[in-house]
This record gives sequence, structure tokens and C-alpha cells, in this order.
Amino acid sequence: MNIPADLKYTKDHEWVRIEGNTATIGITDFAQGELGDIVFVEIETEGDTLSQHDVFGTVEAVKTVSDLFMPLSGEVAEFNKTLETNPENVNTDPYGDGWMIKVNMSDASEADSLMSAEEYGQLVGA
Amino acid sequence: MNTEGLKTIALNDLHISLGAKMVPFAGYLMPVQYSNLIQEHLQVRKSLGVFDVSHMGEFWLEGDRALDLIQYLTSNDASKLVDGKVQYSCLPNDKGGIVDDLLVYRFSETRYLLVVNASNIDKDWKWISKHNSYGVKMTNASDEYSLLAVQGPDASKALQKLTSVDLDSMEYYSFKLGEMAGIQDVIISATGYTGAGGFELYVKNADAASLWKAVFEAGEEFGILPAGLGARDTLRLEKGFCLYGNDINDETSPIEAGLGWITKFTKDFIMSEYHKSLKENGVSRRLVGFEMIDRGIPRQHYSICNAEGNRIGEVTSGTQSPSLGKAIGMGYVEKAYSKAGTEIFIEIRDKQLKAEVKKIPFL
Repeated sequence: MNIPADLKYTKDHEWVRIEGNTATIGITDFAQGELGDIVFVEIETEGDTLSQHDVFGTVEAVKTVSDLFMPLSGEVAEFNKTLETNPENVNTDPYGDGWMIKVNMSDASEADSLMSAEEYGQLVGA
Repeated sequence: MNTEGLKTIALNDLHISLGAKMVPFAGYLMPVQYSNLIQEHLQVRKSLGVFDVSHMGEFWLEGDRALDLIQYLTSNDASKLVDGKVQYSCLPNDKGGIVDDLLVYRFSETRYLLVVNASNIDKDWKWISKHNSYGVKMTNASDEYSLLAVQGPDASKALQKLTSVDLDSMEYYSFKLGEMAGIQDVIISATGYTGAGGFELYVKNADAASLWKAVFEAGEEFGILPAGLGARDTLRLEKGFCLYGNDINDETSPIEAGLGWITKFTKDFIMSEYHKSLKENGVSRRLVGFEMIDRGIPRQHYSICNAEGNRIGEVTSGTQSPSLGKAIGMGYVEKAYSKAGTEIFIEIRDKQLKAEVKKIPFL
């Protein structure tokens, strides 16, 4: 199972890459494996300002559906439009082409509440 | 994962070694997926795959009055069975619903095998025992048998290498007791839950591993894959086959569920008068198939609404169909909305998304 050391994680199986004031967010390799074949990713919150733990979208797989939660508060500045036509990128490259949203963080200190790769690895039994 | 109290099937360790994701299902730890659900699904549809469905229950009924008991308990007419034939049927309860759906195998005039859903083994056993005033000898062999469903259009070509039983000449819903892969007395049954063709093979647990190995060697040239319960569910839904606990349950009549074809009023059975009156006087709701027009995937328990936004029913099964590339589902709707072509709406996350009633099977 792939858990890049340079990312932060949530217990809801999202990953966060923080660069300056921008957080790029997706779901982890473990999460995509649990969901199985992803059919589409629905994100209709672009431009919205959401709080930490709010739902920013949903991911529909063949066998199940799952909500996506904000790891941090902020404005959803961008979502990954290539997922509209290639949702399977979330399965094949969850930390790369499968990224979901970019957020302009409103409270950088929230990043301290996120898990390290090591802590996340323990959570999922890696 | 808390696996306490769960039963394991004979090939549990083998499935884990093949990379299966094992999940609790009907009290058993079962392989839900090996590598990729869609790949497993498509491989079965176009060629060949194997499901381990050893969780299914097997009851032997033996005695001079075995048929009388089966006729009283089941909705289909088991007197039409001859030796070597199988019948799909259901066990109506005494409230107008269904205890379980099942297969009835006739081995002889006085010996039958009932194959029931794993989730209902205890319930069915109690139900049948309660009504066995016919002196029929009952044996619950569920823990003794493994069941491999070898499914797909290439199943008979692959399995023919392993047996002298002429597989191509076997009719759908017939079975033979024969040698396969050097194993004696395999129940070779031309049945399945995928609509892709193929066979279900019943063997004693001790023979399961050698049968599995032989089947995979025989199927190698066809790209045989192990397939999990996930693919089994999408395959059966494309064919509109009912799943107990989803599409039929203790409160649904077989008539409402479109199972009139296995509900025969040529004999009396539990609540037969009630089901007959439903058939004659009409039902208020029907199980229908539907296809999504708007983007969304229907799931069990989602509401079904009409154009005015009023609730007219509920989704019982739904998925993205790997073969069709479309979202499909089944559900009960008020009878006025049950005709193919009717526009209905599925409530998905507070949105009412357009769908259309379709004839089942979907393909």
C-alpha cells in the first residue's frame, strides 16, 4: 500500500499536500482500494467556502458510494476536471492524476490536526 | 476487521493467497473481490470465471412423502420435476411474503436436495422442520459441501476436459452426478446466478481444493479468473435476477416480484389462495427494472418518486452495469408507474434524478 511520506492524512482516508496557502486534496491508495472501481466523482462545491469536516463531494464506485470530507477549512478553488472523463485516475494514480480539489486554506493551523504518513499507516494497518 | 463468530469456507486460505478481499457476508467470511470487480465481471460475461459460493446451504429431504412436503412448502410445481432436473422456486411464508428463494433438485422420487441462501439457512431449516408433518428425513449438509460456480460461455469447453459426462448435451436447469477431475460424485449442475451460462459444482469440502486447481488448469487457455461476490451481484442484476434480502423478502409476494412464473396454482401451498387472489385481482406495487438517465447510481433503500416529487416506491438493488456502462437498478413502484418507458425519479442525496422503467433482463 502506497502512503507517501511527504503528505498529511485524515481518518476519513483523504490525503493533503500543503504548498504555501494551498492544500491539494485527494483520497488515499487504501481508500481507492476499498471503494473499488470508481465510476464518477461528483464535486459541486467549487467556489464554496467550507469548514473542516464538511462534505465537499461524493465518489461513486460500482459497489458503493462515499462522501468526501474537507480535511481543512477554506475555499474550494479548483477541482480536477479531468476526473469528469477519467474517474478511474483515482484508482490508478490516487496521489497524482487522481487529485480532487485545491483549497485556499483559511486557517493554516488546522494542518496540525492532520496525521503523518506513519500515523495513517498505523490506522490502516499498513 | 472483527471476524469473531464468522464461519470460514473450506478454501478460505486459498482465496487470501490469491489476493481476495474477504468480507463478512451472511455469517461467513467470503471473497468479495480479487483484483478488480469490472474485470472479473467482464471476464465471466465474455468467457470464464469461478465463484466460490460455498456459503450456500444444502438440505437433503428423503422419504416417501418428500414431494408432498416440498409441494406444500414451495410455490413452484415440483411434481413437474424428473430425476436430474432442477427447479427455481420460493418458500412462501404465512404472511404473504417469502421465507427464501431456492433451488430444488430431484435425485429420485423420494430424494431431493434444496439449495438455499446462506443468510437464511437457520430460518429455512426451522421453517421446513416446523411443517414437516410428512415424516420426511431432513439432513442439513450445508457445512459438508463446497460449491464452485464455473460461469461463462466457455465453461463447458473448459470443464469437458475434466469429465466424461457430456456437458454440452445438458439442458439449462438439469444436473448429473459424475466424476470430474478424478473426484467421484460431483453434482454437476447446469445452473448459475450470472446469466452467462456455465455450471455449479457441488463437492465435499475435502475435494474443493483439488477441484479448484483442476478447473483453473482447464480454464487457463480462456483466461479464467477467480471472481468475487461483488461481480456476482453486478452480473445477476444485469439479468434482473432477484436477490433475497434486497428484491424479495419476508414482506414481498412472488407475484409483486415478477415471480409469477414460479408460482403455480396447480396445487395448494402455504398462502396459495392469497397469492392467487393477487394474481387475479392485481397487485398494488410491482418490482421493476430501471435505467438512470441523469448521472447517478441507485442504491438499496433510495426513494423512487414521480414527476411531482411524490414517493412512489423504493430501490431494492442498484449498480453501475459493467457490461452496459450505465447505471441500472430494480425497485418496487406503484403499479401505475410499472410500465416500461415510464419516467421515474430516484432520490439521490436530496436530488431527484431522472430514470426510465425498463424491461428486465437489462441484457
